[in-house]
Amino acid sequence: MSSIAEAVSMDTPPIAVSVNDVTKIYPGGVEALNDMTIQFPKGELTSLLGPSGCGKTTLLKIIAGLLEPTSGTVTVNDVPVTGPGKERAFVFQDFALMPWASVMRNAAFGLELQGVAKSERHAIAEKYIEAVGLKGCEHLYPHELSGGMRQRVGLARALAVNAEVLLMDEPFSAVDEQTRRKFQEDLLDVIKEEGKTFIFVTHSIEEAVYVSHSIALLLPRPSRVSEIIRPDIDRDISPDAIRRDPVYLDIVERIWQGLRTYVE
Amino acid sequence: MYSFIIHPLTLRFLSVVIAFGTWEYLGRIPISPAFPTFLETMSALGGMLADGSMAAVYPATFQPLLIGLIISSVLGIACGVFMGLNAKAEWFGAPVFIVLQSAPLAALIPLLTFAYGIGLTSKILTVSIMAMPVIVLNAYTAVRHTPTSMIEMGTSYLGSPRQIILKIIIPSASPVIYAGLRLGAAMGFIGAILAELLITPTGIGDLITYNQSIAEYDKMYAAIFSIMVFAVIFIEILERTEYIFFRPDKRVSQ
Amino acid sequence: MKLFGVKIPMMASLIIWAIVWEVVGQLELSILLPPFSHIIVRLFEIVPTMVFFNAFMITAKCFLIGTAIAIVLGIPIGVLMGRSIVADRMLLPWVNMFLSAPLTALVPVLMTLFGFGTKTIILTTVLFAIWIIVLDARAGVKNITPSLIDMAKSFQASYWQAFTQIYVWAALPEILAGIRLGCIRSIKGVIIGQLLVSVVGFGRLFELYSSNFLMEHMWALLFVLFFFAFLIAEGLGMLERKFEYYAASRN
Repeated sequence: MSSIAEAVSMDTPPIAVSVNDVTKIYPGGVEALNDMTIQFPKGELTSLLGPSGCGKTTLLKIIAGLLEPTSGTVTVNDVPVTGPGKERAFVFQDFALMPWASVMRNAAFGLELQGVAKSERHAIAEKYIEAVGLKGCEHLYPHELSGGMRQRVGLARALAVNAEVLLMDEPFSAVDEQTRRKFQEDLLDVIKEEGKTFIFVTHSIEEAVYVSHSIALLLPRPSRVSEIIRPDIDRDISPDAIRRDPVYLDIVERIWQGLRTYVE
Repeated sequence: MYSFIIHPLTLRFLSVVIAFGTWEYLGRIPISPAFPTFLETMSALGGMLADGSMAAVYPATFQPLLIGLIISSVLGIACGVFMGLNAKAEWFGAPVFIVLQSAPLAALIPLLTFAYGIGLTSKILTVSIMAMPVIVLNAYTAVRHTPTSMIEMGTSYLGSPRQIILKIIIPSASPVIYAGLRLGAAMGFIGAILAELLITPTGIGDLITYNQSIAEYDKMYAAIFSIMVFAVIFIEILERTEYIFFRPDKRVSQ
Repeated sequence: MKLFGVKIPMMASLIIWAIVWEVVGQLELSILLPPFSHIIVRLFEIVPTMVFFNAFMITAKCFLIGTAIAIVLGIPIGVLMGRSIVADRMLLPWVNMFLSAPLTALVPVLMTLFGFGTKTIILTTVLFAIWIIVLDARAGVKNITPSLIDMAKSFQASYWQAFTQIYVWAALPEILAGIRLGCIRSIKGVIIGQLLVSVVGFGRLFELYSSNFLMEHMWALLFVLFFFAFLIAEGLGMLERKFEYYAASRN
């Protein structure tokens, strides 16, 4: 049974990523996704929000090309996905930094794997290390960094390869609350500047409403998109003001009521 | 004052003094006519170093030791890494090495002597057989335990299999591989000495058994002391060089 | 590994190796490797003999006594080092040193002091096993989280109560690991001791077989030894796993 997403906006921007009837059954019979269909508009941040077991990380990894769907197709800019590609970059929940490499090398690693020359990739990486706020830390090692700083390196690495689509797997879940809030605010800046498409997996309602252009609510068993919400929040006001905005609070409450019954 | 007394260096010095002092005391009682004192042993050591008899003898010990260690390190790491990366290799190889690791491999020495005689070959084989299992198993385990997310990261950024092995798996595995090399070196030393005591006395084994047979116990103990010190220093150097070659983030591995 | 879709357990590969060995032996490719089947036949020949039984008894006796001494001495020393900084700083360099030093070199010393008998072999066994037992007992004690110690204090446990009810159990996974590794080392020690002393136990048997060029007998003896070593290691491993369930959650 396919469940089509409910489109709310009038002028739909062009689609960056299109997921069509994707089913994923793990060996052993666990059905993570069942005929999932969803579109991700270009240049926007779409969150995949839902309780555990709804298949959001599985979906993200299929889009990234790290997992193969049992059936169904995924296209990026109308090109079918057969594996990882230059136009997509992944930000990992546990940072996936190489402990034996400096910040500079980690941030440049995506370019290193693509064969970019050293001086060139270091120049690019340096720019993005600065963009994520880690200027001066280029020669430090991951064990010398806090969790928040490590995730920034992961983000710099993803930005440095200049992919069009950034896939983020609960990127802020492994840092403390204060750092997390700061990240969300910084992420809004990055989105505005880079103009890329972001697909963002999270289980935090507030986070999803705060950063997203649209939120896809995923429910488990069978995993499906139950609703797509476009938070109509004015993001030009101050970060603190956003968190007190009645529209923001209403949407959060509404989503919570919808998901309540699915929390174990 | 108290912090001076319990300072690591003070206590280490104290324990050395106590250990060697006890040795001296036991030698003076004496607990056995075959037990020289600490000072007697040290002066015999000095004598043997001075007259060159020790220097003349060590190369014969080191030849099979170093050759054996190099062979078992290179082969061992290669085997272990291959087993970690390839399921078929793992299926064929892992059980063999697991059995070998808990087995008293020294028992193979009479067999080797029988097949290959009492020369250099048997000794090299002894060292290699003693050292290899732990090196192989450490390398294998290390590769298998590479964090999945790091491999996924390499795949997601379009790393080829070769790139992922060389740039991610091997560096990630190197601390455990290195620990295996240290353990292998320790086993190799045991193998080298056993070879000299069991197969045919050469090198330092010769010094030990000869002096034992002519009841020059101070020289015998001096020879034993020297090889023990040497082994410890060798392995200590191995430990300290890890971060130079492999992992700058692991300054102290312990 | 899968064959026709059926998962085959890893130990089964040893069967393949046995078959390869048989072929190599039948083809007489190496003087070192008689056919596997011949070795098995010899094995059943020598095991029931009195000679073998005596050798086995001596080995078992030395192994058990030596390991027992290593455990009885090693664990308290390790615990002491874990609890007392002074003891730790004084003893740790020595323990680490002896852990990697070639203890084989000390066996001639033992032979001159204690003769060519079981005493030497027992002492060799103790020497081989004790260091890792000490080190792991120390690690187990150091792993006891301060909050457990505080808990004991807050409930006013006496030192003996705290030791037996809490500390021993908290450190048990590491202590068991140490005992397992110690046993593997003491098996090596028992064998090395017998090889060097060579007038008792399996050492004597090896001497006997090698001087008579009985390859198959030597391999049969080796198989028996390896088998028992493996059995002991695996048995202790299983025991260790029984206590492993709480090892990771102690912190």
